Amino acid sequence: MLDLDSKWRYFSNMLLVRRFEEELIALYKTGKFSGHFHVCIGQEATAAIAMDLLAQRDHITTTHRNHGHMLARGVSEKIALAEILGREAGMNSGYAGSFHLTAPELGFLSTSGIVGGAISLGVGGAYACKQRGDQSVTMALFGDGALEEGVSFESLNLASLWKLPLVFVCENNDATLWTPSGTLSKEHAVSDLCDLPRLCGIATKSVAGLDLNELNSTFTLAIEHCRSGAGPFFIEVKTARWPGNRTQWPEPVTGRTDLNMALGRQTIPDEDREWFEVNDPVLKIARQLANEPAGDSKLLEIDIAITRRMEVAVEFALSSPYPNARKALDHVFA
Amino acid sequence: MTIQKMSYAEAVLTALNDSMIADDSVSLIGRPFSLGPTRVLAKKLKEKFPTRVCEPPTSEAANAAVGAGAAMAGARPFVDLGTGAFSFLAFSQIVNEAAVCNYMSGGKLRAPVVYHVNHGVRGAGAPQHSHDMHAYVWNTPGLQVILPATPNDAYGLVRSALTNPNPTFIMSHFKQATMMGDVELGVSIPFGKADVKRTGTDVTIIAVSLMVHAALEAAEQLATRGISAEVVDVRSLSPLDEDTLLQSIEKTGRVIVVDESPLHGGVSSGIAGVLADRGFKYLKAPIRRVGRPNTPVPASGPMEEYLVPGPQHILEAVASIL
Repeated sequence: MLDLDSKWRYFSNMLLVRRFEEELIALYKTGKFSGHFHVCIGQEATAAIAMDLLAQRDHITTTHRNHGHMLARGVSEKIALAEILGREAGMNSGYAGSFHLTAPELGFLSTSGIVGGAISLGVGGAYACKQRGDQSVTMALFGDGALEEGVSFESLNLASLWKLPLVFVCENNDATLWTPSGTLSKEHAVSDLCDLPRLCGIATKSVAGLDLNELNSTFTLAIEHCRSGAGPFFIEVKTARWPGNRTQWPEPVTGRTDLNMALGRQTIPDEDREWFEVNDPVLKIARQLANEPAGDSKLLEIDIAITRRMEVAVEFALSSPYPNARKALDHVFA
Repeated sequence: MTIQKMSYAEAVLTALNDSMIADDSVSLIGRPFSLGPTRVLAKKLKEKFPTRVCEPPTSEAANAAVGAGAAMAGARPFVDLGTGAFSFLAFSQIVNEAAVCNYMSGGKLRAPVVYHVNHGVRGAGAPQHSHDMHAYVWNTPGLQVILPATPNDAYGLVRSALTNPNPTFIMSHFKQATMMGDVELGVSIPFGKADVKRTGTDVTIIAVSLMVHAALEAAEQLATRGISAEVVDVRSLSPLDEDTLLQSIEKTGRVIVVDESPLHGGVSSGIAGVLADRGFKYLKAPIRRVGRPNTPVPASGPMEEYLVPGPQHILEAVASIL
């Protein structure tokens, strides 16, 4: 079980990710950057736990839905935001944009926006870990959509055959694209995604993306399993669909998250009631912490501090110049 | 003949619709989502042909293989693979299977499958969503490579693809999806016919896909300076209409080849090679290529703009040979 300090720490990380994504949507709506982008609202708990439990020497691969992973691993919100806005001060000097944020100094390999990219690159990271023989592991984070790609089967098979220290993390957010009829299409013939790695003899566990304790014990188990040389481990994290994350141009359908909803000081609207009451991981942990002594005021203090941090980040990103256009010719080769 | 004004994306879907009416064996495998701002039309297509519009999982290799295999077995699938870069995941199925089955069966098999992607530098697409696919696929004998630049060409060339006996790879530039134009309904445009989009006498500008519009803009500006530029839209890289290109340079004696793909091994290089081989005798000045530098496409706007060829680059190239 997580101690109280850890819970507060995780809550802060999760709230930072939430405020970051909300800010991003607002910046997009006011035309501060272009292109499409993906947010991880509803998946903050996974990011907070997973990125915290990995060691410094471990590797990580992630996808276009990477913002939470970066921030939870310790990337400054200022340089992450500047990158998404295409600015010179961005963490990847404006080359990456939202899709490809990466911080190799924190263990990240290339961040792929190609479905099936992160899961398969992760196999490479784990291969390098095994070659080094230093008990390091790689964690590949990807969405349920990745398991529709053929390369994912090849990756599962190879990782199992070679007993690679790879934690597969499938963040099952059910973020399927729209069909022309306006309904969501069914993408998987299996109803239990863990059946796929199981076929390859990989240890699996499915866990709810809302419960910090359960996430903590599952990720701890998986990482230890891989470090011990027992081969890969597959975690399916089930997160509920954020009502606004259907499209590649997310809309702030639930507005800015109001922590007062967790404190009983704000009525919960009928629309999206299930999201606010049950499925929002930030509000869920906030409700638990609100029951601690002086919990409610501490929650709001943290929110004020994080909101201020985001204001500073926005100011920082918007005041950073765009890169010199000629820099487009740099970095083609190392 | 009915003429109707519509967007490029609508023209593609209208052609699909008309081909599905004309031929029961035509079907769509793809998420019309990726066919641009035409959800309403795509929805109508699904309602009209519920069993012939199939929305697949994100499985490009399988989707392309289903298209190839079904085509060999008598179906006529139109497979939309979404963003150009996604078709890399399906390359083996396209170039190792569909493109060569006729050849390696000694002419006994046909795979009349149509692949469609949205290609090109689209604005903040970053390296993985900005690919120009045509140079990659043009080097695949057996595959027809088509790049319409206008709604009318999109309509007519899609109609042709869906009656043609060979596999076809059609690319639509992202930035063309909302462009409007008159479409001659019911009229197919044959493959292997370049289109002279503007006639002129002093210099030929050969262009592909979106660059046709850049070329037309440059030609307009040249006209104000008393220079008469001819703009030739290649439309079909394979089969390539070498004769129309050569006829134009025979007339003008000067040529610029404009394409968005990177210069090395790019489409402008391939076309320039053909002109050098067969048209050197007509040339009064060296062939000039206008294309993207040999770099990936960055996310940040100003850096992206720096790489993309446009009217200004064409004008500079023209100035260098006149």
